This record gives sequence, structure tokens and C-alpha cells, in this order.
Amino acid sequence: MKNEILLQLKNISVHYGGVKALDGVDVALDEGEIVALMGPNGAGKSTVLKALFGLAPIQAGKILWHEDSIEPIPHEIIQKGIAFVPQGRRVFTHLTVEENLEIGGFIVQDKKELKRRINEVMEMFPVLKQKRNAKSGTLSGGQQQMLALARGLMTDPKVLLLDEPSLGLAPKIVKEVFAKIKEINQNRKTAIMIVEHNIKSVLNIADRAYVLDKGKVVAQNTAKNITDSNILEKVFMGKMK
Amino acid sequence: MEYLIHLGILFAIYTILGVSLNLVVGYTGLLSVTQAAFYGIGAYATAILLTQTGIGFFTSMILGVILAMSISFLIGLVLSRFRDDYYALASLGFNVIVFSIFLNWQDLTRGPLGIPGISKPDLRFFNYDFSFSSNFSYLILTIIFAVLIYLVSKFIVNSSFGRVLKAIREDEKAIQVFGYNTLYYKLAIFVISAGMASVAGSLFASYITFVDPSSFYLMESVFILTIIILGGLANLRGAVLGALIMILLPEILRFVGFPSDIAAQMRQVVYGLILILLMLYRPKGFLGEYEI
Repeated sequence: MKNEILLQLKNISVHYGGVKALDGVDVALDEGEIVALMGPNGAGKSTVLKALFGLAPIQAGKILWHEDSIEPIPHEIIQKGIAFVPQGRRVFTHLTVEENLEIGGFIVQDKKELKRRINEVMEMFPVLKQKRNAKSGTLSGGQQQMLALARGLMTDPKVLLLDEPSLGLAPKIVKEVFAKIKEINQNRKTAIMIVEHNIKSVLNIADRAYVLDKGKVVAQNTAKNITDSNILEKVFMGKMK
Repeated sequence: MEYLIHLGILFAIYTILGVSLNLVVGYTGLLSVTQAAFYGIGAYATAILLTQTGIGFFTSMILGVILAMSISFLIGLVLSRFRDDYYALASLGFNVIVFSIFLNWQDLTRGPLGIPGISKPDLRFFNYDFSFSSNFSYLILTIIFAVLIYLVSKFIVNSSFGRVLKAIREDEKAIQVFGYNTLYYKLAIFVISAGMASVAGSLFASYITFVDPSSFYLMESVFILTIIILGGLANLRGAVLGALIMILLPEILRFVGFPSDIAAQMRQVVYGLILILLMLYRPKGFLGEYEI
């Protein structure tokens, strides 16, 4: 039985001045799956996630949540159950680990529930539990990425959007980060859309993948079929027509 | 003794100004150079109301706070369109505008002539009358306000609201991703800070018993900014320390023994030099946790 489509971006176009960052892009995410967005620099991968959160100006197209059209306004998107972990971790270095998590749980009004969620995500990330009161600026890059992931889970999202989670991390740490992403997907049934340059790692955990080039989707298939095809070679070597 | 009491009163007033500006610059990362405008609004509100109406000092202070907060709300709305250096420049522009109003709206402010004869506060509490006409009692009054504003500020920065301010300072775009309307937070702290600066203005006007526009010129905003950069951004104790140093430093330099015809200028030079050295070797100030 096919899973229900949770989130769809239909025919989305984004322009920065005269530059087309996205040109009629269609992307969908089903319940409980991991979808990878891949492509060379400037392909528009991160712009897809930014457009969804109102951080990139959408000129055309629409966003559907289940089958309802939604506006790309962060507060409303989060209320629907979508969370975004931006590129470069962007933890608040002068705040403690716990305070960062509190910031992530902004829409949780009940203080007891907020505490419960902090404890819950800390159980998932033992390293954060150990460093609960440490300023996040003192954490290593890998620990900061774990904190960014944990912070993204504070709203108990149905969909998690990850922008380059392996950026600037050592290979050993990258492996840990991807293992944790897979664990989140399996244990919490969170659907994940992930923009990533580390092709091998992301295709290892993804169910499906989209390949973007020059603001357009040039291929979409299961992760296995993408791995077996030569589409990535073509795109990254600039051989696409 | 009177001299020390005088310094103590100025220290308390500048502590209020430093602490209030630190909420905006140190904790929220908005480089505002317009604090003297709100200081002046509070001072003029008290001066005008005390000399031209029958209302008391504390009522005039409250009205001054309301006025400063209302004006700062409008200024803050405009400033929210700017970031970083442009924010500083635009805020500086507002200080110049407010100064020009003090200078040119002569029917209300008497322009460069200023407003003399501002009375000291009296307080009637049940059947007891308190007068703050002596400098010592006025010192107690300013210290009470400084402590109150310090405690309110401490409560703000340690609250979840304060955490959001720090997060805005670090990465405004990142915090918007979690659903925060950063405009609301930036505006709120700007308005609160302006209200606090207005309290300092009321205290200043009643203490000096005279106000004129020169006390609220741009250099006054720079002076208040220097207090918090020197003492330490995003640290309330830093603002207190900064106020103490900046009030005492010119007094100490009086005793260095410069020739009388150039003493004033030399004091300015030494004072500037100390600031440059501090910025070179201690850019976070003495107690700061953040640098611009």
C-alpha cells in the first residue's frame, strides 16, 4: 500500500532578481520516508527548503500539506508539523544546550510539556544530556549538529527538513549523524527531506531521491535506482543537456 | 561630601542609561545610538510638566515614560527595516531629529534657553511627607530607581524573553525558522529600554533643576554607548562598572596636573586614548560576553 503524500511543492519557481533559482520544481514527500535532494552547487536544493519556510521568495507554484494549500509562513508551517534544520547548524552559541532546545520548542505553550520534550530528546542524544548546561559554543561540530537535530525535534514534527547536515564534519562524525537521522526516521516515523552533498551517505539512508540541476528536477527515482544510474555523474560533471 | 554625592547621583543616572541601552545593544545586538533622545524626552517631559502644570514629579515621570515609549515604538518600527551599520546610522538620525525638536520647538522647550526652575520631588505617603530636596535624599532616590531598573533588567535577561533576545543577536534568521516574530521582540525591548532611559531623564532634570538641548546631543548617546562597550556588552554588571569608570575617569584626570589652559582638551585626549587601548586589547570590555 502506498503511503499518503504529506508534503508537496508543485511547480515552484523562485527568482532572486533576474536569476532563476528554481524553475517549476515538483517535489513530494510521503509519510515516513526519507527523500534526498541532490545536485551540484547552485542547483537549487537548499532553495527548495528555504522556499517552504518563506525564506526564499516564491514567484509561482504552491505548497500542499496533505492536499491543502498552505502559505510559506514559518509559524504556520511549524504548526502544521514541519521543522527545519538549517545549513551550518546555526546553534545559538551563547545559550546553553537546554536553552537552545527551549528556543526550538517555541510553539509548545505548556511549560511541563516543554520540559518533557527536552528530556525526551535528551534521551535520544545522550551527549546533549551530559552537556545540558554547557554553552553550545563549547560543543564540537558533531555535537552541535546533534543539537541542531535535537532542536528540530522539539516540536515533535511529522516532517523534518535537513539542509546539509554533514557540512564541515569529519567522516566518522558524518557516519554518526546519518545513523542518528535514520534512527529518528525509524523510531519516530518522522518523514525527512534532506539536502546533501555527501551522496554516498545520503543514498544509504534515503528511500527516494531527486536530482536537481540549474533550478530544475532532472531525475527522480528510488535511491537504489539513482545509485545504479549514471545521472549523478552526468549532473556533477556538467554533461546534462 | 557634596561632591561625592553629586558623583553618586550621576553614577546612578548613568547606570540606568547604561543598563537600559545594554538590553538593546548588548543583549539584542541592535547598535542603537539614540538613547540620549529618550533620556531627553523624559527630562523635558518632567521639566515642562513640573514648571507649567501643577502635577507632581512622579506623575510627570510616568507621563514621560509613556511618551518616550510611544515615540520609541514609532522609531523602532522604522528602525526594524534596517540592520547592522544601517541600523546604527538610522538610529543616529533619530537622535539628531529629536535634538532638533528640543532646540527649535521654542514655544514648548524654550529652545537653547532651556527650562530653569524645575523643582525637586516631594512624596506624600499616607500622612507622611518625604522631600528629596537635599542632595543626599536625592542620591537615595536615584539609587532606588537604579536598583529597580537593574532588577527589572535582570529579570528580563534571565527570562525566556531574554533568551530570545540573545538568540536574535546571534542569528536572527535562524530563530525565525522556529516561528518567532523577531520584530515583536526587537520592538518590545527597544520600547522598554526607552522607558527606562526616560526615567533617567526625569531624575536628571529634577536634580539639575534645568534642562537644555545640549545635554541630549548625539555625543551623549555615544557616551552612553561607550559606557556599555567599556564595561561589557550583554552584562548588566558591566554597564554599572562602565558607568562608574566613565563618571570617575574625568574626575581622576582633574588631578593629573595638566596646565590649566589645555587641561580640558588633554583630559579628552587621555580619555579617548584609554578607550582606543581598551578596544584594541579588550574588545569585549571589562565584563562583556559579546563584542560588536
